[in-house]
Amino acid sequence: MLAQSPQLIENACVLFAIPSVLRNAPTRRSVNDIVREFLLETNENLAQLDLDLVTLEQEPGERETLARVFRTLHTVKGTAGFLGLAKLQSVSHAGENLLSRLRAGDLTFNPEIATALLSVVDAIRKMLASVESTEQEGEGDYSALIQTLEKLTKSAGPPRSRLAPLPNPLPPPAPPPPPAAVAPPVAPPSAPAAPTNSFASEQTLVRPQPFTPVPPPAPIPFSPSAAASEGTKIIPTPAARGLPAPLEGKSPPDSAETRVPAVSDSSIRVDVGLLDKLMTLVGELVLARNQIVQFGTTQEDAGFRNTVQRLNLLTTELQAGVMKTRMQPIGNVWAKFPRLVRDLAVAVGKQVRLDMEGQETELDRSISEAIRDPLTHMVRNAVDHGIELPGSRMAQGKPLEGRLHLRAFHEGGKVIIEITDDGGGIDPIRVRDKAISAKLITPEQAARMSNRELVNLVFLPGFSTADRVTHFSGRGVGMDVVRTNIEKIGGTVDIESVVTRGTTVKMKIPLTLAIIPALTITTAGDRYAIPQVSLLELVRLEGEQVRKSIEQIHGAPVYRLRGNLLPLVYLSRELQVESTRRENGEVNIVVLQADDRQFGLVVDDIHDTEEIVVKPLQKQLKGITVFAGATIMGDGLVALILDVVGLAQRASVISGVRERALTETPATAAEQGGNRQTVLLFATNRGERMAVPLALVARLEEFPRSAVEKVGGQDVVQYRGEILPLLHVGRVLRGARNNTRARKQRTRAATMTDDKVQVVVYIGDKQRVGLVVGRIIDIVEATITTRAPANRPGVLFNAVVQDRVTEFLDIEGIIRKQNGEPRPQGRV
Amino acid sequence: MADERQYCTFFLDGYYFGIDVLKVQEIIRYQEMTRVPLAPPVVHGLINLRGQIVTALDLRRRLEMPDRAATELPVNVVVHTDDGAVSLLVDEIGDVLSVPEKAFERTPETLQGIAQELIRGAYKLENRLLLLLDIGKTLATSAED
Repeated sequence: MLAQSPQLIENACVLFAIPSVLRNAPTRRSVNDIVREFLLETNENLAQLDLDLVTLEQEPGERETLARVFRTLHTVKGTAGFLGLAKLQSVSHAGENLLSRLRAGDLTFNPEIATALLSVVDAIRKMLASVESTEQEGEGDYSALIQTLEKLTKSAGPPRSRLAPLPNPLPPPAPPPPPAAVAPPVAPPSAPAAPTNSFASEQTLVRPQPFTPVPPPAPIPFSPSAAASEGTKIIPTPAARGLPAPLEGKSPPDSAETRVPAVSDSSIRVDVGLLDKLMTLVGELVLARNQIVQFGTTQEDAGFRNTVQRLNLLTTELQAGVMKTRMQPIGNVWAKFPRLVRDLAVAVGKQVRLDMEGQETELDRSISEAIRDPLTHMVRNAVDHGIELPGSRMAQGKPLEGRLHLRAFHEGGKVIIEITDDGGGIDPIRVRDKAISAKLITPEQAARMSNRELVNLVFLPGFSTADRVTHFSGRGVGMDVVRTNIEKIGGTVDIESVVTRGTTVKMKIPLTLAIIPALTITTAGDRYAIPQVSLLELVRLEGEQVRKSIEQIHGAPVYRLRGNLLPLVYLSRELQVESTRRENGEVNIVVLQADDRQFGLVVDDIHDTEEIVVKPLQKQLKGITVFAGATIMGDGLVALILDVVGLAQRASVISGVRERALTETPATAAEQGGNRQTVLLFATNRGERMAVPLALVARLEEFPRSAVEKVGGQDVVQYRGEILPLLHVGRVLRGARNNTRARKQRTRAATMTDDKVQVVVYIGDKQRVGLVVGRIIDIVEATITTRAPANRPGVLFNAVVQDRVTEFLDIEGIIRKQNGEPRPQGRV
Repeated sequence: MADERQYCTFFLDGYYFGIDVLKVQEIIRYQEMTRVPLAPPVVHGLINLRGQIVTALDLRRRLEMPDRAATELPVNVVVHTDDGAVSLLVDEIGDVLSVPEKAFERTPETLQGIAQELIRGAYKLENRLLLLLDIGKTLATSAED
């Protein structure tokens, strides 16, 4: 009864499998089909209603929009009556009454009416949610809402008799009843849900006949871009693509109803679960295709090879097609923002205009889902914290109405989403102080961060700049969640802000997650995939070149790529594996882009680019930041996908400030007796020993002295298509400005030193500046233990680095000094 | 039947272990794995299980036993988890056993270290002990190793 024979294990791959069927038999809710259909359709229409009502508030004259709102509410009312949902019916009915007066021109749309009608949408939504979960309308009491609606309806006075006949799907209007009939006692909302109509006010619209089954709801003009319903997606067939999507304010007029069947005939609803499954299957097919293609290369048979070729093409097309079915315009995600912004602006007493640009930009469905919450959060933040109150805006001479601009576009295989407001901006100093007081960073860390880095501290967990917690935002959770969610799908998020001018949040999102092109490489005998989006170029060095072009800066290897120093990262070292590369052989460098830095990844071998299916790693491996996932290669084996940003951080190519900030608490920093950081050591032309944090240094360059030109007393060089102003560190520190004496000095200095200038390129918030130094000493990782206050302007502090007292240069300070700007007081 | 339980059994360093048979998805023979640099030592590698990427954990390492000889190929016991399937590498696979509930006894206090944590108890079979492994704990903490 003990172990089975080993032979059996050898022969049978699968010994036994336990059916998983036993474990989950999903119990489907017993909502009947009509109700489900109703819920689906109405939920879809509600999103459009929100949009339409906000449009109407801005442009009360939009008759087509008004007509569409009217039709939608009418359909809801009709179906609700048919299904015996009395409360739903009475609320939508009251709304419809008000709308009919608007349509007739007895009333003009105003914010009060908009609020009332939006409340109707909310009430309907609430009841639908309740119907979906409990099959009941719920306990909500909507009589106050109905009264408000009726009051508004009455404010129009008696309906005029020239009331236009309602469009087709509606029953013909009754002759105007006497005014008394317009304000009947409201039937209690809890009235028994009988299919017959017991509402007196119904008379204003419908003949007093039993409210027998409503004619089937007219097909609602259906805009693919508004199909933001959960769970389904509309795929327009080619015929439907030709039709203009009835977008906000541009919907076809009533007469276009005749065209509606064309849309509904040519698109079908598909369960999103099915699409997801299809996508998974296509992923598997791509893998199988890759395997066959690889196998095909070993075969001689021309017929077989042709078939493989054909299979290859078809699979690619199928993959593209299936991916396309999952694409949704970002407008779907944005559809709720006009309403959201409007409600929030009203609630906090601000005026906000929302512009949207690039709604048609398409994204994979799973990505749309993933960015929905982060985007909502950012939009809320912009209205709640970004845009100022009208009074404050007036004082600053800004237009009273704040502007919030959403923009989406494709760039380099990614979707860029920008959220820009013209509000108060984020003050880096305030962020810094908050972050220090919340112990998220140490003052030392803060000291070497640029304004931009400071602003991006708002993404740290537990950070909130809001002095007050409002109902809507400012609870100190959120921005870190935003970033986590965006990064989870391989995106990045970045904030740029100018105090008093506004803030732009920029997200870069991949188009799709599932299948990506990737380069495969080998190191230490293992294969890895590198996503193509991070790939810039490949460099192969052989023999003599290896020795000549790879140089060391204090143990840190660099390669001169077209005159620029490219830091090199050895994959085998980072992964702590043994490279199998023979010493004399060539060096393969994969030039990669991580955030805004480039680095060269040295690998053993470089192979092909192929489409890979990204699969997530399981939780046992989640903590390893250098891997983004795994994939199955053509031979059926698993290969890991490198996370380029994670790798760059591990190799300290890009500043890991945020990781340090997360992990390094002030306590541990104190234990170390200081703060470990990588600094660039240099000497001024007078031999003074100075340091700057390496994170602030973009590049080290060497220019021939002849390349230095003078513009208005300022030394400049042409650098990467720009004019780079030069700042002579030693001279600025000595207090010399661009006066005659300085120029004389400069001339003398030029003749004294050799024919090269050493320049440290610094990229500040506003501009690049080249700092001219005497010579570069070293790049070291140093624990700064002893610190003393600076004894001259232009220096942040003095510290001991490598057993020598070193001045830490205040780059921003000397730039200001050079430009003759006063030291900023308070706000920057 | 109510007082009988079914266990999928296997051997590790001479010990006889069992895990709830309902947790087990399948048993597959050893196959080539992709190692994961920088991973905790308990992670042996990744395997392709019909298009699904499964992490293989070495149970010997998990239980802090000596590594098996390089010539001995382990067997994958694939178990379901909330996070997808995970493979547990064992020395050799045994039968599926029905054991009487009354033969169970909790782990004695004298058990040390990791064993105390991961072994729930033992079934006293006729000629040997069947050690019951706590699958949840075995998988849960392996990330922090």
